[in-house]
Amino acid sequence: MKIHIKNGRLIDPKHGIDGQHDLYIAAGKVVGIGEAPAGFVANQSIDASGLIVCPGLVDLSARLREPGYEYKATLESEMRAAAAGGVTSLVCPPDTEPVLDEPGLVEMLKHRAKQLNLAHVYPLGALTRQLAGAQLTEMSELTEAGCVGFSQADVAITDTLVLWRALQYAATFDFTVWLRPEDPYLAKSGVAHDGEIAARLGLRGIPAAAETLALEIIIRLVRETGARVHVCRLSTAESVSLLRQAKQQGLPISADVAAHYLHLTEFDIGFFDANCHLKPPLRTQRDQQALCAGLADGTIDALCSDHAPVDDDAKLLPFAEAEVGATGLELLLPLAVKWAQDRQLALSTAIASITSRPAAIIGLDAGHLGLGAVADVCVFDPAQYRRIEAKSLISQGKNTPFIGMELPGVVRYTLLQGQLVHQA
Amino acid sequence: MTTPLPEAEQLLTRLAEQLRPVITPATALVGIHSGGVWIMQRLLKLLDMPLAHGTLDVSFYRDDFNQRGLKPTTRPSQIPFEVEARHIILIDDVFYTGRTIRAAMNELFDYGRPANISLAVLVNRGGRELPIAPQFSACELPLPADKNLQLLQHEDGRFYLRLDDQA
Amino acid sequence: MHNPQLNKDGKLKHLLSIEGLPRAILNQILDTAESFTGVSEREVKKVPLLRGKTVCNIFFENSTRTRTTFEIAAKRLSADVLNLNVSTSSQSKGETILDTVDNLTAMHADMFVVRHSQSGAAHLIARHVAPHVHVVNAGDGRHAHPTQGLLDMFTIRRYKPDMHNLRVAIIGDVLHSRVARSEIHALTTLGVPEVRVIAPKTLLPQDVEKLGVQVYHDMRAGLKDVDVVMMLRLQNERMSGSLLPSAQEYFKCFGLTQEKLALAKPDAIVMHPGPMNRGVEIDSAVADGMQSVILPQVTYGIAVRMAVMSILAGSNDA
Repeated sequence: MKIHIKNGRLIDPKHGIDGQHDLYIAAGKVVGIGEAPAGFVANQSIDASGLIVCPGLVDLSARLREPGYEYKATLESEMRAAAAGGVTSLVCPPDTEPVLDEPGLVEMLKHRAKQLNLAHVYPLGALTRQLAGAQLTEMSELTEAGCVGFSQADVAITDTLVLWRALQYAATFDFTVWLRPEDPYLAKSGVAHDGEIAARLGLRGIPAAAETLALEIIIRLVRETGARVHVCRLSTAESVSLLRQAKQQGLPISADVAAHYLHLTEFDIGFFDANCHLKPPLRTQRDQQALCAGLADGTIDALCSDHAPVDDDAKLLPFAEAEVGATGLELLLPLAVKWAQDRQLALSTAIASITSRPAAIIGLDAGHLGLGAVADVCVFDPAQYRRIEAKSLISQGKNTPFIGMELPGVVRYTLLQGQLVHQA
Repeated sequence: MTTPLPEAEQLLTRLAEQLRPVITPATALVGIHSGGVWIMQRLLKLLDMPLAHGTLDVSFYRDDFNQRGLKPTTRPSQIPFEVEARHIILIDDVFYTGRTIRAAMNELFDYGRPANISLAVLVNRGGRELPIAPQFSACELPLPADKNLQLLQHEDGRFYLRLDDQA
Repeated sequence: MHNPQLNKDGKLKHLLSIEGLPRAILNQILDTAESFTGVSEREVKKVPLLRGKTVCNIFFENSTRTRTTFEIAAKRLSADVLNLNVSTSSQSKGETILDTVDNLTAMHADMFVVRHSQSGAAHLIARHVAPHVHVVNAGDGRHAHPTQGLLDMFTIRRYKPDMHNLRVAIIGDVLHSRVARSEIHALTTLGVPEVRVIAPKTLLPQDVEKLGVQVYHDMRAGLKDVDVVMMLRLQNERMSGSLLPSAQEYFKCFGLTQEKLALAKPDAIVMHPGPMNRGVEIDSAVADGMQSVILPQVTYGIAVRMAVMSILAGSNDA
């Protein structure tokens, strides 16, 4: 299968490309940029006039809900959503049922994903068994089975000694440990940022210090153990400056932010909108500004969707009882484009934050369109706006704070290894 | 309308003269908010007798609550005398459908069982929808349904009538 | 943002919180309540306003006191009253709040009076009910208890008619108190120029000053020259632990005694939403003293709830 994507504006941040270049694909790889290789005859050509051609998106956090939560979403529904969102590689956290703490489970997940062949799925293994924070998992075995790192998902390790040792052990093999910084005691039963809105609505607060305190411990432990740590889902301004300092000191630390936090604050909870029940909580405008700036200047490495499909019944509850999470795979690109528009950033900066930069964190040869690269491609219309509506989302999760909003960026074609997996 | 409206102050005097003969020590005057209360207060002065009196705001007894809800302002009803066995004269400004009077009588009965109730109004504009009619009215002025007749007060307190087209 | 409590004509459709209600609506409720106080003193203590309507008290959290005042209020308006105590056990069988509400709507209830332990429960129900159904929040978690806030305003207005010239202190566990939140919003909406809260830092929400109050941690400074002293209840389980060391120390520092009350204006009134913990947040001598208006508060509660229910019931969209 040979594909010719013509007349599009090619943006490939890794190679500093942003211009009118045709893309030539053969046998699932990029074989020509701007110029067709000798003797290239396309089986199919895609007219990308007025459209942007970029690497398929790499999402650092998408819960596919399998195994265990098939009533919320299935691998198939969510991988179709990924394809519709232009996402071709996704990392899934280990908080499934059962928890991804055994190689067999990881192999099964990889196998199921491979059969569906709609996106590359990269699982994170559990850092401790059952995520219980006590016993380490078989990290080497899990890595062989396909894990790209180890994570505690949303469950903090309360015993600092266990965390220390987990980092030491991971550092032995140079595995990356993914941690969401949150002090479990300060965050206990909290559901909203500990500020004005929590005070007004009478919701239990999670202070910003719950995150910064945990982050300071992580940074200290990285310094002590030399472990490579990826810090997930930052939410506070203070975290951004802590991270900046740590990076300046050359510590092997990276970080991501979820797309919601670039656009929303605690005020979006309004009158108890359970779609805004997220972890970490939406914080203040000052935090939002700092996260936007941190992502733009590279302090924060990547933008992710933090996709977490939740069934309607789990959301139709009083705010605190409503399940945490929002659908995100189909919103990642629009929210990245909107971020670039709002902050007057180059589109390539937004695209880098969802392609080459997250790929670098997983150490993956993806997220770029160099010659010979795997042809995972997203073709989208940056000028078209789409109203986000539950019924037009492909994900089984229909809950998002962005319902009813008009967002820019509509995906037209998604190619996975040179195969068309989505067309609109 | 070319015919001028009757002079409200003259009607008031006329009403006082109509009532004077029927008043006994057992009589109590009850004005219905708000026009009826104004008239009652002036009648008390004109009659110059120490009469028991009270006021009713019939908001809680209206039959159009389901359609129109509660008025933005209600005032407490005040019946500071024993209703039981009393001769009560209900007072209102304009008699129209009779629905307000029904509501007022219902409310009165929640205070006790009067000996009898009669109704005195400044103007009977016709158009009653219930078997209720005023015993005393200073003026009969039949009006079509699309007109709205209101009792108002000048700044010096003198009454006047105003006729508008129904909104 | 659209205020879910108002209908398209700007009339009160649900009473969920004091926050966001215009002053005119609060005054309308208080004025109407004034008219209802007379009804309770008559031979026949009923008006026919809600005849044929069904008011359903759904209490997901037990409170005999509050439920009783709502029940009396509804009955004095001639409504049929249905009381439902939804124990946590039947909830754990899998029936959700909205299932319960759907079932009652199917029985043609016209108004729900809802008490729930979670903040936002009344909003959730109001979003979900059929268009003709009205919802009254009888307390949701730490969020709001609007009828309590209103009856407190009614009480204050009776004793101190000039709301624009008052200094009010709210004392105690503001953090966990839905009553405090409703009082604060009601006082600021009605134009009270100075609202103080007095509490230890562990019992105040973060950023509480953004609600428009001045924060004090010392009773002597906070009570100085106030016209109204509003006490809050301290739950038993919070008296000793990581919020407070002991009930004794709390009483010593934040309990209202005659001696501390003497710092307020001589004609200051003392209020408490009940039930009181005598000797913990308030001394018996103060609770039963000359300046206490705690019992009138209870009396006025009925008239205020009658006013709320009748205004809501009359605000159906045409």
